[in-house]
Amino acid sequence: MIEIEIEYYAFFREYSKIESEKFFILLSTAEELYARQKELYDFPYNTDTIRVAINDAFSSWQTLLNNGDKIVFIAPVSGG
Amino acid sequence: MNPHFDLTDTSIDSNAVRMQFANAQTGGFVSFEGWVRNHNEGKMVSHLEYEVYTALALKEGESIVAEAIKKYDLVHAYAIHRHGLLHIGDTAVWVGASAAHRDEAFKACRLIIDQIKVRLPIWKCEHYLDGKREWVLCSHPNTESTHHSHPHIH
Repeated sequence: MIEIEIEYYAFFREYSKIESEKFFILLSTAEELYARQKELYDFPYNTDTIRVAINDAFSSWQTLLNNGDKIVFIAPVSGG
Repeated sequence: MNPHFDLTDTSIDSNAVRMQFANAQTGGFVSFEGWVRNHNEGKMVSHLEYEVYTALALKEGESIVAEAIKKYDLVHAYAIHRHGLLHIGDTAVWVGASAAHRDEAFKACRLIIDQIKVRLPIWKCEHYLDGKREWVLCSHPNTESTHHSHPHIH
């Protein structure tokens, strides 16, 4: 088991109704974690339309998560 | 102030940020300002909110500007993006690029704002005069197409 933290921004914060959460999971990839959270909070996005950041850096969905990692799901952006 | 990119939750002073570009090697300076307008897709906008993932946005913003400096051999480039509550007419983003010649400055300024719009982890929520609001979705560079779905949140 590893402990990870997820921070939620914008759409994801409003769907999950929380700003962050910490919990223990079995060793998994970022993609597997997203699938778990998508089902839990009914997120409308698939991984082909969003990105993931691990420890404040864009990462691959196939990245294996480590103990203490901070994960952020990045919905399509709208700056400018 | 960071070397090439900043975030702020207060008004952007265009004259102040422009001053850093004064340089004897510069022959061309181009700036772009994105302002908050009062309408979008037929709806009347009252104000905007930008929510930002600060740690990643600062890194990504620096990368975007640094890439433009390298690509166009710029004398200097800088960009700053607002977040929080913005009113109609406020400057949401300011971009400046300077080079020995105008062509590189024009191209770099365009590249920086285009990359900010697809890479910076910041999200815009439009508030309308009828009291409704919507998150505006644009795109990621790694997705196949730009889409504009708008989840309604009332």
